[in-house]
Amino acid sequence: MALEDLQHNFLTGRIEDLVKWARRASVWPATFGLACCAIEMMAAGAADYDLSRYGMEVFRNSPRQADLMIVAGRVSQKMAPVLRQVYDQMMEPKWVISMGVCASTGGMFNNYAIVQGVDQIVPVDVYAPGCPPSPETLMHAILTLHEQIRTGEIMKRRESGTPTHLGHDNGNWTPEVPVSVRLGTPK
Amino acid sequence: MIALPARSPEGVITSEGLACDLLCFATIEQYPKLVRAFKNAGFQMAIDVCGVDYLEQMDRPLPEGVVATRFEVVVNLLNMVKKERVRIRVQAGTDNPEVASLFDLYPGVEAMEREAYDMFGILFSKHPDMTRILMPEDWEGHPLRKDYGVGRVPVQFKEAPGPR
Amino acid sequence: MTDRIRTAPRPDLLVVETSEGAQGLQSRSETSKDELGREVGSVLRVSGLTLDPNDVDFDRQDDETMIINMGPAHPSTHGVLRLMLELDGEFVLRTKPVIGYLHTGMEKTGEQLTYTQGATNVTRMDYVSPIANELNYSMAVEKLLGIEVPERAIWIRMMMAELNRIVSHLVWMATNGMDLGATSMMIYGFRERELVLAFFEKTAGLRLNLNYVRPGGVAADLPDGWQDDVAVICETIDARTYEYDQLLTGQPIFRERMVGVAPITAEEAIALSVTGPVLRSTGVAWDLRRAMPYLAYDQVEFDVIVGTYGDNFDRYAIRLNEIRESVKIVRQCLDMMPKGDYRVQDPKVTPPPRARIGESMEALIHHFKLFTEGMQVPVGEVYSAVESPRGELGCYLVSDGSSKPYRLHVRGPSFVNLQAIPLLMRGGSLSDAITVISTVDPIMGEVDR
Repeated sequence: MALEDLQHNFLTGRIEDLVKWARRASVWPATFGLACCAIEMMAAGAADYDLSRYGMEVFRNSPRQADLMIVAGRVSQKMAPVLRQVYDQMMEPKWVISMGVCASTGGMFNNYAIVQGVDQIVPVDVYAPGCPPSPETLMHAILTLHEQIRTGEIMKRRESGTPTHLGHDNGNWTPEVPVSVRLGTPK
Repeated sequence: MIALPARSPEGVITSEGLACDLLCFATIEQYPKLVRAFKNAGFQMAIDVCGVDYLEQMDRPLPEGVVATRFEVVVNLLNMVKKERVRIRVQAGTDNPEVASLFDLYPGVEAMEREAYDMFGILFSKHPDMTRILMPEDWEGHPLRKDYGVGRVPVQFKEAPGPR
Repeated sequence: MTDRIRTAPRPDLLVVETSEGAQGLQSRSETSKDELGREVGSVLRVSGLTLDPNDVDFDRQDDETMIINMGPAHPSTHGVLRLMLELDGEFVLRTKPVIGYLHTGMEKTGEQLTYTQGATNVTRMDYVSPIANELNYSMAVEKLLGIEVPERAIWIRMMMAELNRIVSHLVWMATNGMDLGATSMMIYGFRERELVLAFFEKTAGLRLNLNYVRPGGVAADLPDGWQDDVAVICETIDARTYEYDQLLTGQPIFRERMVGVAPITAEEAIALSVTGPVLRSTGVAWDLRRAMPYLAYDQVEFDVIVGTYGDNFDRYAIRLNEIRESVKIVRQCLDMMPKGDYRVQDPKVTPPPRARIGESMEALIHHFKLFTEGMQVPVGEVYSAVESPRGELGCYLVSDGSSKPYRLHVRGPSFVNLQAIPLLMRGGSLSDAITVISTVDPIMGEVDR
């Protein structure tokens, strides 16, 4: 039987699965390039690596149109409030990839100027290692995130509580108020 | 090694510097006049201005006659015609370092002097815009001073395997 | 003391977390005539601070103009540059860059790392041309140590620096194209860049932040068959520059936005300490590779590209042609590469070969000492400079005789060139502001360090 003989094509599925499938296939990243990693992020979007295979080639300049913030590079104390503001402007559902060791832990710059891990300011879903991560590493992080979206829950808002790796009893975690922003002068 | 330009202030001590044509040591008073003399002698460009904090190096080797102070301002000038470089080390004071701004002579030092102020707290009098440049506006202290901590946060690895 | 520091006229503004108070552009009523003259650049044309009253539109009122904020998360500011612009309709009157959003404290971190480790730190400053940073730092350390690197190391360094210049200018071509809406240029620029980065990865193990040039030489010898790779790179890039030429140079929209837009004169550029392609676009043939040769630049043939009008188009043409000149230099390196050691065989400076560590106790001790304590550098201070793709990249290094620098200061060319932006933007339209940022080519990692 040829396809044109079919009168009605239809798929059935649970609405949850469909929503997750659709979300996963069109995650639009916000351009949040900070340092070295931003160059690799641009390379990932360009010819050789071609992020558009995953429905992600549209880097949105306005945070309100973006679903994913790729924090690409080191976050300074001066940048931290700006980063938080951009994150707050993004619509739910939203995800964060911390790209590179500087964004994830401060990296080799353990000093007064750099926020030691962007997870002190915004909740992070996937950490991409490397200094800078090659485009392949970034793509792996993105695919990991896709898998998280596919297997996650759709109705659950981002918890204002603890990120998973800290465990649920950690009382020090208050991401709604940016804790590390303007830490003040180290002594 | 080249000679000091005409109409340099008296008492400027010179020596042979590494990778430059002349190394001068100036006091706060001599500094603006010396730079003006160099500018008139054809040094068109102030290529670099930076501060140094010698808190732990008060007995550093200096030519005879130079009174060491805690802060130094180091200025690099460039003569693009004769292809010469001159470095001036200004002893900028110990407690409240303040030197004259070179903005009138070289407008290009504006950002570099602001950086020296931000990082070391060295004031540049007559600078048109003496504000912080790299650190947030409400930051306390000047990070590159030697008595300012690195701000190192101790690293703790979570779920790390125990000692073998 | 405090009365000489400018503070925000309205400290209550600082309650907003993202405001930077006095660092930003102040409204006209709070700006003195001198500052206004500085911001419009009129102090550059006359000696001293005597202003030409016709040059400063001092009589304008606050409500005639509008101050808008651009950045630090704006797509066309090439990173985290923040500009505050005062607009009269669509035209820019005053501009003030607010920087520091990528301040990494590298100069402080540099004081904590040994000379051996230092190259890892500086390579992350100008992340588009890391080799230039490493080269600059290594040359400063070598001057303090008083050592000469072997001939082969010099030529390897020169070749890598020029390949890096190609990469840097390609990224510039790509992002500049993207800013002007020529998206194909963006794809092309990054395509060719991958070609060179693959060679970097083969040689140094990383694509960016190579840590390849180190005090005493380079980290590793060139890989087997490097001649073929480099020959392919030269051939491809050289041919592709003519494609870019066809794509952009005659393109009417591109020309409209580049030719005659945002000119700067040689006097203004020199007064502002501007170096690199921005200075050369005004007709000043100042290139440290030619003027004060380092490495072996006096043994290769290349042209210093200069412009005439100092406008956006000249700055574009200089960078395009510098890619061709760099290819020329790389080809000469290919032919003239000498044989020999790729680093100094001085156990106090460079680690002994891997094979010797297993058999010689002395080599093992040297290796251990070098990587735990680092090398001892004699007391002294030095300023050394190289020509990075953006201008004079300088390094001021103070040593107290220990194994860590007492003070490491880097003169970033982008940091200084950024001062030309208010002057270039004045009188232009807001859309030209994008091209000005692009053609000055600031790399924020180097601006903020």
